[in-house]
Amino acid sequence: MSDKDLQKSENTAVTEKIRNVKTFIPRVDIYETGEALFLIADMPGIDEKTVDVELEKNILKISGRVENGKVKDYSLVFSEYEVGDYERTFTLSDEIDREKIKATVKQGVLRLELPKAEKVKPKKIAINAA
Amino acid sequence: MFGPGIWRMKRFADSVPEIMDLQREINRLFSNVGQSTALDYPAINVWEKDDSLVVTMEMPGLEAENINVSVTGATLTISGVAKADPLKEGETYLRQERAVGNFQRNFQLPFQVDSKKVEAKYEKGVLNIALPRLKEDLPKKIKINS
Repeated sequence: MSDKDLQKSENTAVTEKIRNVKTFIPRVDIYETGEALFLIADMPGIDEKTVDVELEKNILKISGRVENGKVKDYSLVFSEYEVGDYERTFTLSDEIDREKIKATVKQGVLRLELPKAEKVKPKKIAINAA
Repeated sequence: MFGPGIWRMKRFADSVPEIMDLQREINRLFSNVGQSTALDYPAINVWEKDDSLVVTMEMPGLEAENINVSVTGATLTISGVAKADPLKEGETYLRQERAVGNFQRNFQLPFQVDSKKVEAKYEKGVLNIALPRLKEDLPKKIKINS
């Protein structure tokens, strides 16, 4: 892993912006279980009020707004990271049951559970003795 | 600790910029002692007001009990462990970008810290450490008798 990989990467594709802050691409983990896909996104500085998950057709968009990275009354003297908003989009396949998507936020980490639709869940087929 | 004294500055005035650069490089080299890779991770921001510093660090998704902050004199050490979700058999990562594992960073602070008054809080995945300067370490005004 190079040095750069550990720093936040800026999302330059974001065009529609009103706020004058940078937008970053949150780092995500995605893993699959038999029942669902789990998407975990690192978005330090957000909480349940400032994060949005939108699903439009098959585009899942996660975004987070970080109000203020400043420490009150203090001035910045040394900086290794910048504070800004987050945005990233994903394309979902039809295999996801859109009605049952669940999202939780804990310590700046957004966790999405994307359950698989019934038709694609692995099924065990009972074999009857002939 | 490694700050150049005034007398050195004066005697080698021409080479001061080079010496400062070299000093910075060497400090950077040793700031990661105890860490397996020489990376600035997690990144920090340092804030200053009067006689106190605030260090903020983005480290989302940790448990507060897995973060260790310690101050010895003028050295701040932050270490911790980020854990991945335990996967059951047959479950696979399709994408893994988030950092996991142990990390440790040491910082040389510009003054002695009053370790009893250090406060650290962890909110929204951001660690915030307030480091007040030790009273005995404050510059003293010397009275001049005439």
